[in-house]
Amino acid sequence: MISIFPSLLNGAVITLKLLASSMFFGLLIGLLFSILRINKNPIINKFAYGYSYFFRGTPLLVQLYLIYYGLANIEFLRNSFLWVIIREPYWCAIIAFSLNTGAYTSEILRSAFQTIKEGYIEAAQSLGVTKKITFYKIQIPIAIKQSLPAYGNEIILMLKGTSLASVITIMDLMGEARKVNVLTFKPFEAFITAGIIYLFLTFIIHNIVKYLEKKYGFQT
Amino acid sequence: MELLSFGDTGWGDELFFATLMTIAVSIGAMAIGFLFALIFTPLKLSKNKTLNVIGNCYTTIIRGVPELLVIYLLFFGGTGAAMYVASIFGYDGYIEINAFITGALAIGIISGAYSTEVFRGAILSIDKGQFEASKVLGLKKNIQFYKVILPQMLRLSIPNLSNVWQITLKDTSLISVTGLVEIMRQSYIAAGSTRDPLFFYSVAAVLYLILTFLSMKIINKLEVRYNKGF
Repeated sequence: MISIFPSLLNGAVITLKLLASSMFFGLLIGLLFSILRINKNPIINKFAYGYSYFFRGTPLLVQLYLIYYGLANIEFLRNSFLWVIIREPYWCAIIAFSLNTGAYTSEILRSAFQTIKEGYIEAAQSLGVTKKITFYKIQIPIAIKQSLPAYGNEIILMLKGTSLASVITIMDLMGEARKVNVLTFKPFEAFITAGIIYLFLTFIIHNIVKYLEKKYGFQT
Repeated sequence: MELLSFGDTGWGDELFFATLMTIAVSIGAMAIGFLFALIFTPLKLSKNKTLNVIGNCYTTIIRGVPELLVIYLLFFGGTGAAMYVASIFGYDGYIEINAFITGALAIGIISGAYSTEVFRGAILSIDKGQFEASKVLGLKKNIQFYKVILPQMLRLSIPNLSNVWQITLKDTSLISVTGLVEIMRQSYIAAGSTRDPLFFYSVAAVLYLILTFLSMKIINKLEVRYNKGF
């Protein structure tokens, strides 16, 4: 059991890298689409809704396969500079995970935007603060604070989601566990050890979010 | 479109049966999940510390590890365990456990953890007066549960159970890694033999969207029906 530990830890580092980059891009995408969702223009609104509906209504595995196997099928993409990115399974995984978590994040942020009390915006308006500054300095910070608990859940869901990267040949924690299983024929040792590492990561993320909630938590 | 025709040349009928398989696995997993939830919800609510810890361990561990891990553990581990048990009884051949059963069981264990949380929340949000009133009326303990608490618990948990159903439906795509021919596996096979992955994975995505859309419609109807009196 001890001998398989180092390779699993190497995998865990890749898992964390995947998680960090997809959470980063996902947050940007989510913020963009949540702003589009609260836009009053019905076309923009519908587009953002369609995006989140597609990515929340289909399994992550389908999205991953669509990007990894599907995009490579398009002649035009294969000849463009984008081929450098989409031929790497690592980048395909990050694209799929970012788009997926972006959809969920946009929903979390949208509901946070919509539950901001009218009073805050009215107060800003009566103080003569411009719409733009109200948005950046009041609405966005409050929305982020309010959505911290839900976002914490999303990070943990995504940590579990990154395990799918192993099916497109990335040696993340799950991939390493599979390799150990194939090499040693000891499924219980391999998968239970990996499970313990995943649980440990979940536990750490959970506590960091809890700490942030306590520190920046917002009582309304 | 030719690729989707029914019959020997197209993949239409294969994909159709694969969709039925996905629905069957999801329903099976949801049912198994309910069984797990019915066992573990009382444990989580019990005042006994040990039982409480057991209930909490189940939901925390299952919700903290990837779904794929549970599936692999059951798929690879299950075969080994079954062969070990069989070898005790003197059978040394290779045993392969049915992929449908392993899949439904694995997804069921996962969906059970989510259902447990939903039921626990529902019971906690039932008005305390209901428990007291049924006690005052002198109802027996099990009748209290079946006739007063359970109906209310189910009504309160429908919205959240619809989320669990969606998660379960999407999780069934992971069983494809064990070789069970559901939507995902069938599209993988079709994509491999026609060399057109983009098309077939798009079809898979659309099939999943149709399934989630239809199930949302049905669940919304249920919700309206069970909220009639409120």
